[in-house]
Amino acid sequence: MLLIACPWCGKRPENEFRYGGEAHIARPLDPASQDDAAWAEFLYLRSNPKGMHAERWRHIHGCGRFFNCVRDTVSDRISATYRPGETPPR
Amino acid sequence: MRFSVYSLMRHALGGAAWPEQWRSPEPRAAYDVVIVGAGGHGLATAYYLARDHGVRNVAVLERGWLGGGNTGRNTTVIRSNYLWDESAMLYEHALKLWEGLAQELNYNVMYSPRGVMMLAHSVHDVQVFKRHVHANRLNGIDNEWLTPEQAKAFCPPLNTSSELRHPILGAALQRRAGVARHDAVAWGYARAASALGVDIIQNCEVTAICRVPSGAVAAVETTRGRIAARKVAAVAAGHTSVVMAMAGLCMPLESYPLQALVSEPVKPVLPCVVMSNSIHAYISQSDKGELVIGAATDAYVSYSQAGGLHIAEHTLEAICELFPTFRRLRMLRNWGGIVDVTPDRSPIIGLTPVPGLYVNCGWGTGGFKATPGSGHVFAATVARGEPHPIAAPFSLDRFRTGRLIDEAAAAAVAH
Ligand SMILES: Cc1cc2nc3c(=O)[nH]c(=O)nc-3n(C[C@H](O)[C@H](O)[C@H](O)COP(=O)(O)OP(=O)(O)OC[C@H]3O[C@@H](n4cnc5c(N)ncnc54)[C@H](O)[C@@H]3O)c2cc1C
Ligand SMILES: [Zn+2]
Repeated sequence: MLLIACPWCGKRPENEFRYGGEAHIARPLDPASQDDAAWAEFLYLRSNPKGMHAERWRHIHGCGRFFNCVRDTVSDRISATYRPGETPPR
Repeated sequence: MRFSVYSLMRHALGGAAWPEQWRSPEPRAAYDVVIVGAGGHGLATAYYLARDHGVRNVAVLERGWLGGGNTGRNTTVIRSNYLWDESAMLYEHALKLWEGLAQELNYNVMYSPRGVMMLAHSVHDVQVFKRHVHANRLNGIDNEWLTPEQAKAFCPPLNTSSELRHPILGAALQRRAGVARHDAVAWGYARAASALGVDIIQNCEVTAICRVPSGAVAAVETTRGRIAARKVAAVAAGHTSVVMAMAGLCMPLESYPLQALVSEPVKPVLPCVVMSNSIHAYISQSDKGELVIGAATDAYVSYSQAGGLHIAEHTLEAICELFPTFRRLRMLRNWGGIVDVTPDRSPIIGLTPVPGLYVNCGWGTGGFKATPGSGHVFAATVARGEPHPIAAPFSLDRFRTGRLIDEAAAAAVAH
């Protein structure tokens, strides 16, 4: 079980959270201009890296807020959590 | 060497050493087809390429040992009662091949059609499963509805009491479904493919896919040097995103750890496979006597090849509720595999935007059952350069056209 630091509430066990998939996938600002391939990319294509992964979590059994997290998908070690709107740490 | 009663007796009594079951050659400089990944699907692909299409200048490259991926880690549930026509055709094609596979490969894959029973715990489950039963029958696939009493008669240790937290309201039973020996499937295909001239090269990780200026594949870089290839077929399961990224392709895949565990061995207690998608548990008994238990995936993408303990614990709670007599059993081992999951929970079999590059992936939590069928239709696809009719609906392009084959909505999980 992961120990995840909610940016508002601090470190809590994984089962207080819901995983929200890859982070920083922005919905197209002009949906009507998107072709099928662009929609497929937005909806379905995921980087799924073996290494550093930026992902969303939601503290459902806590403050209820979404936030972002950078985790190494090989060791599962979390290197940072940050609030929506903040840029991922480099 | 062929296995027969005579050869078994001769080795048992005479003490003669068993010969190696497949060759371990040095990689050649070039092949017609290079298959990335020696799991069941990759090895079956190689076998059918050689047997049916005369393509024998084939190498199967494996970063670890053959069958050491999900093939050797899975709980071996085999069934074909999927909802949609496309899936039913694919999995039933595989089931038919399972029925004759041991004879075909001259290798005992221990296919045991002991019946797979899927439990319904809610009105929604009942409606969905009955819909499956009808859809399957229209496709000529056996699947029948059982009342709780009939389910209990088919599987006596099952707790059908109405006192259960999630009482059993009935079950769908596919009698032709069952289990097989996972390692033997990999070994049997490896042996048969090797005998037809396929080179199986273990401890050989593909690290890059090289392309000519026009974009077509030309070779792979490996930890054992560069190997030229006219066609490259990626069958890398949980690592497919990593392999396809070597050719600049982003895939509709996410890789999750999926866990299983086995108990200490006991006398025969469980006559069939029992699955419960709603409370997430599935269980069968191996011929050694261990209870083989499948748990859920972790919530997040990972390549850790382990899973959270709370996931296994959750499954064991469900098992203890369904089978109170199993409560005192000790668990011997647990492990994880990395499964590649697609948005619609159906596999991807076919061509890619890169000429000469083919992919067979996205089997997620439930591809062992498809091993023979997957290898068979993928071999035809690679050999002819166009999708086999059964594979055609499972194209990578379906995520653009929107023609998804949504077994996720149909089954929630698909072991
Ligand atoms: C715990 C668990 C339980 C399961 N239970 C069931 C079940 O009950 N029924 C069912 O039908 N399915 C089940 N599955 C799913 C099933 O195991 C898989 O869908 C199936 O085995 C996939 O076979 P494969 O040959 O494609 O993959 P694998 O057997 O994983 O083979 C892929 C191979 O590719 C190799 N590879 C990866 N990258 C590279 C590279 N760069 N270079 C060279 N080689 C590479 C890997 O080492 C691996 O050996 C389960 C899976 C798990 C993990
Ligand atoms: Zn919080």
